[in-house]
Amino acid sequence: MIDSVLEIVSWVLMATGGAFVLIGGIGALRLPEFYTRLHAASLTETMATILIFSGMMLQAGLTLATPKLAAIMVFLLLTGPVASYAVANAALQSGMRPGARGLEENDEGDAR
Amino acid sequence: MPRRGTLKLLPLLGLILILLLSWTLWSGMFKPLLLWLGLFSCLLSAWLARRMGFFRLQLPLRTLLRLPAFWLWLLREVIKSSLEVARIVLSPSLPVSPTLVTLTTDESTESGKVILGNAITLSPGTVTIDMHEDTLQVHCLTREAAQALQEQEAQRQTARLGLG
Repeated sequence: MIDSVLEIVSWVLMATGGAFVLIGGIGALRLPEFYTRLHAASLTETMATILIFSGMMLQAGLTLATPKLAAIMVFLLLTGPVASYAVANAALQSGMRPGARGLEENDEGDAR
Repeated sequence: MPRRGTLKLLPLLGLILILLLSWTLWSGMFKPLLLWLGLFSCLLSAWLARRMGFFRLQLPLRTLLRLPAFWLWLLREVIKSSLEVARIVLSPSLPVSPTLVTLTTDESTESGKVILGNAITLSPGTVTIDMHEDTLQVHCLTREAAQALQEQEAQRQTARLGLG
């Protein structure tokens, strides 16, 4: 009984994680410019990572594999944002201006 | 401040001990060759850590104790903003309004600034693109996300870690 519940929960987690990877991919294609595409990539990087790894940890159960998976997840979550920052900052430093407006400009309404 | 920091014996030995313990636990194999390779990789890691200025940083015990609460808050943020970004990506009209905000931080330590910047990047929809002294430039997917950032919740949560 408890086994099948765990099985179902873990499959739901992994499937949802897979869906977030897919949505991240769709976003990277649909969104307009470099900096906004970065946001889609971070869907895959964080939400999908958490969901897929939680699902895998439930599959592994009370074995040595679970702490290993947890450690890999933590490392991915710690290094992912650093990589995002490196990519975004490299683009900024090499002169790619974000096609974004400041908050105040946006507040004045959508005059493009 | 010397870039690589003065090397104290106790932190170095502590790091090597933790590395050895985790290597043994995670490898689970006890052939002599593998044990020697493990010892070698632990020493190499400790040397790299020193080179990177690891021993210059200080992590107070209270920060470690408050980390779980911080991560819980971060998890809630990640889930909330992931659903929001997924909704935007999947809606046919693609309602994005890219906004750039400049935030300031009171964190005085390098670790504090890194944690704040990473926490902002980790939640989808906001990416830290530049950090200089105590200002951060954050690129947001929507205006709403930018306005939410200005409420400074991320700064308050990071300050609660007590990094000084």
